[in-house]
Amino acid sequence: MSTSEAIAYAVKQANVDVIAAYPITPQTIIVERLSEYVHNGELDAEYIAVESEHSAMSACVAASLTGARVFTSTASQGLALMHEVLYLASSLRCPIVMAIANRALSAPINIHCDHSDMMGSRDAGWVQIFAENGQQAYDRIFQAFKLAEDEDILLPVGVNIDGFFLSHAVEGIATISDSEAATFLPPRKAKYYLDYSMPMTFGAFALPDWYFEIKHQVVEAMDRVPKKLAEIEETYYKMTGRKYDHVGVYKTEDAEVCLVCAGSSAATAKFAITRLREKGIKAGLLSIRLFRPFPVESILLHVKDVKALIVMDRAMSPGAPSAPIAQDIKATLYDAGLNIPVANFVYGLGGRDISAAEFESIIMKIVESLKAGRPIEKGVMYWGLRA
Amino acid sequence: MASVKTTTLPGGIINRPGSTIDYKTGTWRVKRPVVNLDKCIGCLICWIYCPEPAIIKRDDGKIDFDYDYCKGCGICSLECPTKAIRIVEE
Amino acid sequence: MLVGEIKTIKELYGLDLIAPGHRACAGCGALIAVRQILMASKRPLIVVSATSCLEVTSTPYPQTMWKTPWVHLLFENAATAASGIEAALKVLSRKYNRQEHYIIAFGGDGGTFDIGIQALSGALERGHRFIYVCYDNEAYMNTGIQRSGATPLGAATTTSPVGTKIVGKTQQKKDLMEIVVAHRIPYAATASPSHWKDLVNKVRKAQSYDGPSFIHVIAPCTRGWYFDTSETIKVARLAVETRYWPLYEVENGRYRITHPVPNPKPLEEFLKVQRRLSHLLLPENAEILESLKAYVNERWERLQKLSACFA
Repeated sequence: MSTSEAIAYAVKQANVDVIAAYPITPQTIIVERLSEYVHNGELDAEYIAVESEHSAMSACVAASLTGARVFTSTASQGLALMHEVLYLASSLRCPIVMAIANRALSAPINIHCDHSDMMGSRDAGWVQIFAENGQQAYDRIFQAFKLAEDEDILLPVGVNIDGFFLSHAVEGIATISDSEAATFLPPRKAKYYLDYSMPMTFGAFALPDWYFEIKHQVVEAMDRVPKKLAEIEETYYKMTGRKYDHVGVYKTEDAEVCLVCAGSSAATAKFAITRLREKGIKAGLLSIRLFRPFPVESILLHVKDVKALIVMDRAMSPGAPSAPIAQDIKATLYDAGLNIPVANFVYGLGGRDISAAEFESIIMKIVESLKAGRPIEKGVMYWGLRA
Repeated sequence: MASVKTTTLPGGIINRPGSTIDYKTGTWRVKRPVVNLDKCIGCLICWIYCPEPAIIKRDDGKIDFDYDYCKGCGICSLECPTKAIRIVEE
Repeated sequence: MLVGEIKTIKELYGLDLIAPGHRACAGCGALIAVRQILMASKRPLIVVSATSCLEVTSTPYPQTMWKTPWVHLLFENAATAASGIEAALKVLSRKYNRQEHYIIAFGGDGGTFDIGIQALSGALERGHRFIYVCYDNEAYMNTGIQRSGATPLGAATTTSPVGTKIVGKTQQKKDLMEIVVAHRIPYAATASPSHWKDLVNKVRKAQSYDGPSFIHVIAPCTRGWYFDTSETIKVARLAVETRYWPLYEVENGRYRITHPVPNPKPLEEFLKVQRRLSHLLLPENAEILESLKAYVNERWERLQKLSACFA
């Protein structure tokens, strides 16, 4: 099945209570399948066909505050329209799970993949996970609910799939059984929720005397995510034999140059690195699977001895010294006292494809610079842009 | 950086319904309503129009003011059908 | 718990769902309306508020005036929040025996007429069971009296001041009720806290329907309309008695004027007590006054005709 269908199937197996969503390419298949499940009685949930993404996230937040398990899905302009509500989801501690079929932002309007949509909301207090393929997306849905609903976390989780490259890609998916799903993910047990039997106020007005502390809760919960996700993954691994960690690692042990990327490009980059290794080039790959919180410790485990890092960003940050992932990588290195040169490439905007051969060229460019003793180019390079 | 422990409930939930009673808005008042119990017929019209609410029904059915919260708007005085409430300077 | 029609004030005593100590201005019309609505409401109840004076003054963290479960998300999405809660409790009651609740969403005129109208329309169209109450003080009072789609023609606000070239707001008030009625929801009504019996029974009627309902309640604002804090109810009553604020309901499409005003007071009576509108009585503004009067009269005549159709 396609990644979109796999996600919808996982959401059904997660026995969600409320789905509030609005159609937008390329995520629409997810909510179409979910509508079918609800209309055919295969999933006992309320599907709220809202009139905008702003309302989709608003309805999700409100539904979540009643103690329900809530899912939605969006992309691109939809995520942008949700923007102000995303902050409520995290600050009101709503364990919503959202699939994001990453797509470029207008203008010009474009329906294809890049990561600009999610990167634009990366400070909204959501846990953000990147899937590299359909299998990961399917498995991550269960883990996302488990993580989000944990009383120590209570944060919304985004599961990112590259628009079209993943959302519409068909592959064989190993599924878990409904009873395995029910055991791994029993119904949500909220501690605080909207109910007349315990009349509580949600979303109060906080002035400078309290705002900071309430807001800081999101940071505290974020700090607990890496360890909690690892525990959840361990349980899931025992059930399925599948585990993804916070970063995907390929041939980094003796790597001199390590490429960092996120999403479906990881598979392409892996193929390129395999070919380079055959030629004796010591290249490795780190794929960012958990993006928020940024997996600082996991990254440092693998980059200490490299001579250069190549960070591939599928989003721009106009005017900034680096694109989004490179900003985080550089901060990670700086805090660890590592002075490793970072080459930052922005690539593939608006769905422009990148081939394994191009990844090879990118890596070779850096390898040759190192060999020649030339400094690694600073700032942001735009790969594949017409001259 | 180590996380700071806070005493707030998740998301800043308030679990003390009606807790604004901790704050005495009576201090805002510059004029106070005074009821003439001889004229009060206990119709509670003042009470239904009070924005706070800061009017209480006494055991005899007549009204009294909760000066801890009354902001002194004077609606009760204007609306009283028997003119039983007058407004005086604080 | 109340059943049937509410006839006396005493039936409501003790049913308050808000506590004093809230930070609303002295003489706040919105708070009076909200108090009356909540007293009349069936229970169990969940209240939703849009960002507004009501939300800000009622929940100064760590205090809350609300004795009901209450939630505020944003300015423009109170109707959507109500949708989410209603849908969630429906499925949770089905799956896990959770109790279903009555839901009332409050929005000001800015949050309803303007920024929240899309969310309101969506929620009404989807048919969620809840009451949406627009408390209308005819401007953005929370941010300091800016004009909204609800501000009447000629009114002075901080973004439609009485200038030397342009006098107040240059457009008529949007007819929100007609927009709501076009959704063919079971129940929509206007109300005024001055006519409390009419208001509380409209709440009960709205809650008897298994679908969305709408109550448009006038909420005179002492700060924004510029009248003495003691005159809130007097001003609301004048709005009704001059036919500026007709009290009517639309029940399953049938119009009915619930408070006929056979001998209306001149509109001037309503205008002269508020500094936001009293300049319309100056001779140089006669044209604006005529326009406003025409708007009020045409609406009343139309309502009368519609009511007669269904009598």
